[in-house]
Amino acid sequence: MAALTWELFFRWGHFLTGITWIGLLYYFNLVQVPFLKAVTADAKAEAFKHLVPRALFFFRYGALGTWLFGVLMLMTRGILGEAFMLQGASAVIGMGAWLGTIMFLNVWLIIWPNQKKVLGLVQATAEEKSRAARLAFLASRTNVMLSIPMLFFMAGSSHAPAGMFGG
Amino acid sequence: MKNPLDSIWGTVISGFVLTFILFLVVKALV
Repeated sequence: MAALTWELFFRWGHFLTGITWIGLLYYFNLVQVPFLKAVTADAKAEAFKHLVPRALFFFRYGALGTWLFGVLMLMTRGILGEAFMLQGASAVIGMGAWLGTIMFLNVWLIIWPNQKKVLGLVQATAEEKSRAARLAFLASRTNVMLSIPMLFFMAGSSHAPAGMFGG
Repeated sequence: MKNPLDSIWGTVISGFVLTFILFLVVKALV
């Protein structure tokens, strides 16, 4: 199969998993956090048992899929190295790729390990749980903030008006 | 000082400011 056909399939996968990931990120921040603040302790416990783990499963594997498909796309186009080195015209997609990579690492190295403590999947004292909840919250909010420039550079790499980024 | 990430609007405004700064960085690189 031609490289351009592979690239289309990788781009399709990147969109499908990316929408799953960032959609759930916005759901957590815009809907779930205010909901959990407003409900009773019993409702919160039910959500932690039946809702949050499922959302987090699709969230973290969505992040993994998005990152992998993105890397495969850049490899197929032969610009993986120059994108991550922010060289020439590839600096536009490269900045998006760096922001996406930071967000992906944030999910797997900060949000998920701390959410496991909050959900009781690993042992933690009440104080550790409270600290883990705050860390996971700030990491999640950081990802919402980073998603704004990340999506700008992802879209801008293919759809910016000529000359917008110079070059 | 309050952490801007504690509110949705603070987070969104920080995202737009960061976008503008990074746009200037990328423009200088391209």
